[in-house]
Amino acid sequence: MSEIHEVTAPIPGTFYTRESPASDPYVSVGDTIAAGDTVGLIEVMKMFNPVTTEVGGTVVEVVVEAEDAVDVGDVLVRIEAG
Amino acid sequence: MAPADPTRQGGTTIEVVKPGLVTTVQDQGRQGFYHLGIPPAGAMDQLSFRAANLLLGNEETAAVLECALMGPELRFSAPTRVAVTGAAMTPTVDGEPRSGNTVIEVGAGQTLGFGFATAGARAYVAVEGGIDVPEVLGSRSTYGLGGLGGHEGRALKAGDVLRTGSSVGAGGVADVGRELPESLRMPLGKERELRMIPGLYDYRVVPESLKRFLTETWTVGSEADRVGYRLKGGTPLEFVDREPPFGAGDDPSNITDACYPIGSIQVPSGKEPIILHRDAVSGGGYMMVGTVISADMDVIGQLPPNTKVTFTEVTLDEALQARADRAAHLERLRTAW
Repeated sequence: MSEIHEVTAPIPGTFYTRESPASDPYVSVGDTIAAGDTVGLIEVMKMFNPVTTEVGGTVVEVVVEAEDAVDVGDVLVRIEAG
Repeated sequence: MAPADPTRQGGTTIEVVKPGLVTTVQDQGRQGFYHLGIPPAGAMDQLSFRAANLLLGNEETAAVLECALMGPELRFSAPTRVAVTGAAMTPTVDGEPRSGNTVIEVGAGQTLGFGFATAGARAYVAVEGGIDVPEVLGSRSTYGLGGLGGHEGRALKAGDVLRTGSSVGAGGVADVGRELPESLRMPLGKERELRMIPGLYDYRVVPESLKRFLTETWTVGSEADRVGYRLKGGTPLEFVDREPPFGAGDDPSNITDACYPIGSIQVPSGKEPIILHRDAVSGGGYMMVGTVISADMDVIGQLPPNTKVTFTEVTLDEALQARADRAAHLERLRTAW
């Protein structure tokens, strides 16, 4: 059985799934991503901060909607490690 | 109390490995220049800032690092005692967790880091002797918008090198393990009441609308920073009809330009209140519905985004009593050891 890794919010703020309204989302369900890849942005104090994953694998769930408010520790994305 | 140690005379270097989200040098701030457009700056939560220094045995207003929401990684060149107060961000030394609100030691070549901010918004890191940056207009505080004070007038960046100073208190640096009593720590809740005094422009708001403003729960927006705290989620204000006075704009929230007190609550277009804090601009043309009392400004400095806030109207006498209570709290800190 493969392990599910949860990418959590390291800071509170507003979550963005894409760099700009015209760009593709950073990650979508089914994507294969590597450790260090950006999964989204958290805007706080007028700064956009990339959130990266420490584990590579396949994205199985994007938990948070674009522009949702997030708190520290909220799960953003679930990844099947591999 | 530890005796004066000749090997501990300041001059330790602190290398910024990672800067954190917004880490700035702060102290008590600079008073007396706001009328020239230079705000006080200084630690947003003055109680936790002073507690960090007093706990460590520094002079009360030695310069510290204010770390907003995500802490930095700092490498020390020599053994240095450190105390972290304010937001709950577990300090780590070379990755090993240490206690907050406690005097800890970072060894030569070791790195001080921090866990996520699980409560509160700003941790204060006091290092023995304080952070040695030049005083500008009587303060070492960083005023980022003006590029003034602190380390090169800005938040820290990776690769910056800071130096410790000689602002140790008369009793010397505290022993490792000394703790800040629970009763002297800043409470860090996810819901806060802020006391305010209505004025000077509350007459612009329809009375029922002002009443509703004071009963609703507001949410701290993600934009909230050292300049101001923007709040969301309440009902827009309803203004009294008028002819705009000379010099005021057409928006019903516009006034003829006036001074903005620190703590004043402006409501641009009646929509999202902004509480001005220690890096505020000193004047402008938005009506202010009231002013948060001075005793509650420290609390605001510990509100992360998404915190729920309500306003409670108090009288000037109640505000002055709260100010006296805060002064008594500070006095308990000064005499705790």
